[in-house]
Amino acid sequence: MNRYLVVTLLACLLTPVTGFAHKVWLRPSQTVLSGAEPWVTVDAAVSNDLFYFNHFPLSIENLQIVAPNGSLVEAQNQHKGKYRSVFDLPLQQRGTYRIAVVSDGVFASYEADGERRRWRGKAEDIATEIPSDATNLQVTENIMRVETFVTNGGPSTESLAPTGRGIELKPVTHPNDLYAGETAEFQLIVNGKPAADMKVAVIQGGTRYRNTQDETEVVTDADGKISITWNSPGMYWISTSTSDSDTSIPQATSRRLSYTATLEVLPQ
Amino acid sequence: MNHLYHLVLAIVSTAWTTIAFADKPNKSFHVTIEIPKMNVSEYHRPYVASWIQDENRKAVANLAVWYQMKDSKEGAGTKWLPDLRQWWRRSGRSLEMPVDGVSGASRPAGKHSLSFALNDPRLADMPSGKYILFVEAAREVGGREVLEIAFEWPITKDFSTKVAGEEELGEVSLKLHPAE
Repeated sequence: MNRYLVVTLLACLLTPVTGFAHKVWLRPSQTVLSGAEPWVTVDAAVSNDLFYFNHFPLSIENLQIVAPNGSLVEAQNQHKGKYRSVFDLPLQQRGTYRIAVVSDGVFASYEADGERRRWRGKAEDIATEIPSDATNLQVTENIMRVETFVTNGGPSTESLAPTGRGIELKPVTHPNDLYAGETAEFQLIVNGKPAADMKVAVIQGGTRYRNTQDETEVVTDADGKISITWNSPGMYWISTSTSDSDTSIPQATSRRLSYTATLEVLPQ
Repeated sequence: MNHLYHLVLAIVSTAWTTIAFADKPNKSFHVTIEIPKMNVSEYHRPYVASWIQDENRKAVANLAVWYQMKDSKEGAGTKWLPDLRQWWRRSGRSLEMPVDGVSGASRPAGKHSLSFALNDPRLADMPSGKYILFVEAAREVGGREVLEIAFEWPITKDFSTKVAGEEELGEVSLKLHPAE
């Protein structure tokens, strides 16, 4: 019994961080706003069902909110609950805000004192956190971006400028200008460069009220572009991931990248 | 009693002015918008927008936007303007409210007319072609409806047409008279 438990635990531990993907997501209360200083409130969670918080809150420690003028702004009323994290954002500027949880770190496994160990953290802490006599050290760089967009007034693009790190979505169609029955075009970039052959999952929210996930897969073309036709209005979850060996950390041999966005499609 | 008399007089004279105004020959672009009476327990006047789009679905002229203009903490009712979904997308979101000569307070049930001179800059600047007049209404705790009337510009002969809404709008009409 005990041995079985140990084996199971080990199997769990060795599973890649984002292997059996529970879906991670941010869900804004609305994406198109107007008024003197409208507020949005955002749920952040990890779950199988979209967009229901029934599993785990998404940590919002690494929240990065870019205001329309390109500056970073702070979320208000941050709270981590049992199943979801929540924060509010007053939209003091007109234009589009890019709201993201970005985790940019490393995952390491190694042996020390005859035991297999795992560690997650920041690249700069590797030297202090991992014993110098560790053997079989394997370091994976891990960049995850989970984001959504909200607009006060007319959509703007300053806040959508790529950071050049990890997977990002470059708008051809503005992410807050999506309507049912229309086709949107986006470009996916990895480290700022168009990424071809990326498989992108697209799932509409409300999965609790239907029998299937109804997931569609689109693949980026040679220019990294995808087209998505929105059949009906609602919140959509799009996600993709990839791995390569283009690491920015000397100890890391491989790199795992993932990207998730929540997009609202409005009725005509 | 005296009060009532004055009130009636005021209403009659307002109505008369409106009719007289609409009949002026140089006002040749007439739109009427009917806001239906609702038999509902909680009624709020609808937000209404009227605008003109060209064949590329670009909004080329805003004729009217009626919304809750009274100041509140949330900014004079502008918070709910995106509920006029089509108008918001085509025009509203890039405007700074209020807009002179366009925005006004929300209106009660009844027929309302809008009249414009053919040399109104909004109309006079439109290149010749096919256009669509849009009227959109959205009501708090109610619904939303959009009506369209296609027309050609400039006006060469008398044109008159009307469409009927089903929920949030009654009859909407467009009457055009070419310049004398």
